[in-house]
Amino acid sequence: MVALTPAGDFRASYRQDMTLFPTRNSRRGVWLGVLLLALLPLPALLLGDVVDEDGTLGGLLGALDIGRYGMGLLIQIGFLGIAALGLNILVGFTGQISIGHAAFFGVGAFASAWLHEHGVPVFLAMPLAGLLTAAVGLVFGLPATRLKGLYLAIATLAAQFIIEDFFARAQWFTGGVAGRMTEPPSLPGIRFDGEEAYFYVVLGAVVIMFAAAANLMRTRDGRALVAVRDHYLSAEMMGINLAYYRTLSFGIASFYAGVAGALYAHHLQFVSVEAFNILFSIQFLGMVIIGGLGSISGSLMGAAFMVALPELVQAGADALANGPLDHALKLGANISFLREMVIGATIVLFLIFEPDGLAHRWRLIKAYWKLYPYSH
Amino acid sequence: MAEEAPILSIAGVSLRFGGVRALTDVSVDVRRGEIFSVIGPNGAGKTSLINCVSGRYRPTEGRILLSGQDITHMRTNRRAAAGIGRTFQNLAIFSHMTVLDNIMVGRHHLMRSGFLGGMAYWFGGAEQEEIAHRREVEEIIDFLEIQHIRKAVAGQLSYGLRKRVELARAMALKPQLILLDEPMAGMNLEEKEDMARYILDLNEEWGMTVVMIEHDMGVVMDISHRVMVLDFGQKIAEGTPEIVMANEHVRRAYLGEAVEPTE
Repeated sequence: MVALTPAGDFRASYRQDMTLFPTRNSRRGVWLGVLLLALLPLPALLLGDVVDEDGTLGGLLGALDIGRYGMGLLIQIGFLGIAALGLNILVGFTGQISIGHAAFFGVGAFASAWLHEHGVPVFLAMPLAGLLTAAVGLVFGLPATRLKGLYLAIATLAAQFIIEDFFARAQWFTGGVAGRMTEPPSLPGIRFDGEEAYFYVVLGAVVIMFAAAANLMRTRDGRALVAVRDHYLSAEMMGINLAYYRTLSFGIASFYAGVAGALYAHHLQFVSVEAFNILFSIQFLGMVIIGGLGSISGSLMGAAFMVALPELVQAGADALANGPLDHALKLGANISFLREMVIGATIVLFLIFEPDGLAHRWRLIKAYWKLYPYSH
Repeated sequence: MAEEAPILSIAGVSLRFGGVRALTDVSVDVRRGEIFSVIGPNGAGKTSLINCVSGRYRPTEGRILLSGQDITHMRTNRRAAAGIGRTFQNLAIFSHMTVLDNIMVGRHHLMRSGFLGGMAYWFGGAEQEEIAHRREVEEIIDFLEIQHIRKAVAGQLSYGLRKRVELARAMALKPQLILLDEPMAGMNLEEKEDMARYILDLNEEWGMTVVMIEHDMGVVMDISHRVMVLDFGQKIAEGTPEIVMANEHVRRAYLGEAVEPTE
């Protein structure tokens, strides 16, 4: 699709033509969005617990207050979004497949907790955990130089089970069945404890990781990854080393998973060996597909969708409980099963009616408003 | 054309797939600066020969020299830097990328920023590099007159335009030797005329040696300096268009005896 630029938005240099966000308004929109998100935890941070009583600081701050639970959900969207972005670089941009992403996420979580216990400050442990996960990912990514499609899927499935098994057995690393406790990050004077403070850590990480991925995709190596996906024979003719880029994409995907896992670990402050199963891996794939394969922003949208959907369905189920419909159909305890079914059905419907993902739908909406009312 | 070492020297190349002989002892020299066409009936081994040069296939026997350097066993992805660019018979563009990105991929071997440099776009010099290469890519875009589709997704373009994008991408490699596998297949007369113009210009102005496979005899005879004819994997003739056209074998194998010479 040709980019729609509003009248009067001229580019006088190549630099202006290569910006991450094509129009002035989209740039402003993103900055505004980040700023608004940065304001979110303020009411709770500034007012402490009194905020819920009468909102002494007035309407604006009070209106921004989404509560501790909402904050937790945003944090989840943040780190899941980072991990989904990593998987999207692998699946969406490079055209490979991994059914072991949750295992790498877990490696990052345990690595960061383990490093912290050995005296590494959390803010250093998190990127280090990312690097360690990247190293593990590179090893398990080696089959990708030879395997494609379903065969690669099975190879990564093996990675999932091998790493899961390792978690269960390596007590020194994971704490075994008991799991591993860890601490929130801190800087001299500040401890990022609690949802509100931790939110800033995640927000910062999201901004950095997403900017890095967006930059990668508009430069040499990013283009090489997409070239490998679209037509590997001609990519090779262009001087692209297929084996290198296929492995590299595993490394980058694992790095993202590792950092996301580290963020998860220090948020929950407890990492359990059971958390990183294959179901979680499939969920990551779901996020990437629902958000949009090969879309940076789609990764975040997909994560948001997967976090928000159970909440929405739960809210619906709660509203239904003890209502007339509940009594009429004698749903009772079965309402919770209804929830699972609705989630499954939603995803299936999504894949049928929105196969290009949320990011594509968002582009259509933007185009609609730009062209309105002359959309033809 | 000066008499110097041939830019491409194919020496006794044979290619076998099991019992199938795709090429048998083909030897040919391509001189620097010429437009060299390879013609022959379907299945004659034209594309196999190009594939041997570009690295898709390894010849079973024989050697391939590029400006005197043996590239027979050079890895495919190193040949771009060695100076070989090519287009494919069936379109092989990156169909989900924009036209601009497609062409920029051609700059891959000329660029240096790795993935870390790319991620730190604003700090590591990647931005400067992008701009410098974008400038050169824009010259190719101007040359091939595809300015209007710069930002379009390549896979959604018409066939003729996609062919042109593929040519642009091959040109972006800055090759000394450009291999064009049926650059005019499936084009209408006007598009063919445009493409012939581009091929002449990239030969004369951009200084690229062209090796071209083409079925349109009119075009081949008009723009090639020399022509080679393959039949059943063997070279049956080589020389200027006039000589080749006059050759009895060629008329029998390829053109059919009764056919009038085109134009």
